[in-house]
Amino acid sequence: MTIGADQLPAAEAARTTASNAVWYAASAGVLVVAVLIGASIGPAGPPWWQVPLELVNRLPLISFDSGVSDAEWNIVWRIRMPRVVLGGLVGGMLSIAGASYQGVFRNPLVDPYLLGAAAGAGLGATLALTSGRDITTSLPIDLVPMAAFVVALLTVSVTYAVGASFGGTRSGVTLILAGVAVVSFATALQTLILQRNLELVREVFQWILGRLSGATWADVRLIIPYVVVSCIVLMLHRRHLDVFRVGDVEAATLGVSVARTRLVIVIAATFGTAAVVSVSGLIGFVGLVVPHVVRLVAGAGYRRLLPLSLMFGAAFLILADVIGRTISSPAETPIGVVTALIGAPFFIYLLRTRKVTL
Amino acid sequence: MSAVSFDDVDVRYGKRRALAPFTDRVESGEWVGLIGPNGAGKSSLLRAAAGLVKSNGSISVDGVSLATLHTRERAALVAYVPQDPLIPDDMTAFDYVLLGRTPYVSYFGSETAHDRDIVCDVIDRLRLGDFAPRHLGSLSGGERQRVVLARALAQEAPVVLLDEPTSALDIGHQQQAMELVSEMRAHSGLTVISAMHDLTLAGTYTDRLVMLDEGAVVSSGAAADVLTADRLGDVFQVNVTVEVDDGTVIVVPRRGSSTPDPDAHLGK
Repeated sequence: MTIGADQLPAAEAARTTASNAVWYAASAGVLVVAVLIGASIGPAGPPWWQVPLELVNRLPLISFDSGVSDAEWNIVWRIRMPRVVLGGLVGGMLSIAGASYQGVFRNPLVDPYLLGAAAGAGLGATLALTSGRDITTSLPIDLVPMAAFVVALLTVSVTYAVGASFGGTRSGVTLILAGVAVVSFATALQTLILQRNLELVREVFQWILGRLSGATWADVRLIIPYVVVSCIVLMLHRRHLDVFRVGDVEAATLGVSVARTRLVIVIAATFGTAAVVSVSGLIGFVGLVVPHVVRLVAGAGYRRLLPLSLMFGAAFLILADVIGRTISSPAETPIGVVTALIGAPFFIYLLRTRKVTL
Repeated sequence: MSAVSFDDVDVRYGKRRALAPFTDRVESGEWVGLIGPNGAGKSSLLRAAAGLVKSNGSISVDGVSLATLHTRERAALVAYVPQDPLIPDDMTAFDYVLLGRTPYVSYFGSETAHDRDIVCDVIDRLRLGDFAPRHLGSLSGGERQRVVLARALAQEAPVVLLDEPTSALDIGHQQQAMELVSEMRAHSGLTVISAMHDLTLAGTYTDRLVMLDEGAVVSSGAAADVLTADRLGDVFQVNVTVEVDDGTVIVVPRRGSSTPDPDAHLGK
């Protein structure tokens, strides 16, 4: 049966609205469950089932005895919750940045580290841990995340400058290749520095593998402005990312300033990525895998993909952290190892089953 | 309706000149077909008009130079359909046609009810209602081409540039696509410039043909004047006969061509 023109707008709008509502509610539900699990499970503290009760007890106008003592609550609130919130921020940020990078470069195999954010952060952290070691101890702030953040931004800037000099901002392909070159250079520098400071290899690699242990509310406060601003900018560009799906040429003829829009999206995604990487280390595969899972189950349109990647990415990392701190308890498995163990098989599956396009 | 003026427009790729200074005026509502062998400069001319390649000279629509316009303003005046549109398989036909409203959506905005109404009107007019909720990957080549043309129509630009709009279609879908463009033009008063390889189709549907070779105009005018066997033999290096049947110019290739390699003049 042919749908009449007068029926189409209402039918399309109703279909989209209903579908979006279901997905947003589902993602919010998954995130809430992930937060509750993250807050409830740990080697010390109250029994797991008392934590949700105490969280409800802490709500305004509600008061009952959940059985959680003040000391136990301190463990939940000061140790577990910063870790859960930080995991959520890092996972959500990496996922939304990965989805944005994949959209703006029309390449399903890129992740937020494409243009050198990870390699730069690793180099910055290595520099801080070696040459800045003596200084760090005398400073009131931790130099490592700051150096990681600054060098990550510098590295991406160099990538962009190199790519743009060959017209890469127009096609995107040259920019990706510039990223490959700059990442190799930064990694080589890092290796050179490590070779001369072998005693720091273990410390640096612990950082590289990523960790949320030792997370504090100060860490959360440190990155939250970057994450919020970055996410807002990316969300405002959801429609542009949908236009990018028809390619740069057609996007340009549809009225999109391709190079400028790509730059804005890359800057926003990079700032957020550099901020979270500076406190969490390099947590791989989240930015690659989560957007693809969302695409597979909820569709590839960016208006839905970005918010769902944010929510499911946050939930994924919170749960990955729970696995990391429980499977070999009391020792902790680095979260980067957990996400890679889940992400690598999926990545191979992706390579085998999906068409790779530039 | 809008007239398009080309004044000394030339296109270069590095040192190679793809289009010699080209001057012409396409009247409001006119359909001009660009013909010529591969590398003649047809696509370069269209891409210059769409703002996709740098060009010298001036291209204007109703006296407004396109070079002075912002990308969005240009897109509201000129719609462009490339030879091989990039079609996301998992996007619905409705959402794809909706992309045509991009020039009218503010930077951080989204489509209004008015935009959706226009898209629905276009979909209805092109009889695409059944395809609207379907993914593009599930459509046939001909159906996709109709959706692509619908997107160009939803752009509401008075000038439409078509680069080989029938190149990937069978003869039936070729004819349907050309009829559709003709219908679009009649309904919306569009000015159409299309690059075409099928000379008979080009002569049948367009008002005027411009034949290009090695970036320069060889001939311009009505199909019967441009499509002569001698000229086609010279430009395309082919052996053809040209017949006129009830006013339609038909180009028929003949076997036994003694002509050299068709790409020889390109220096390949």
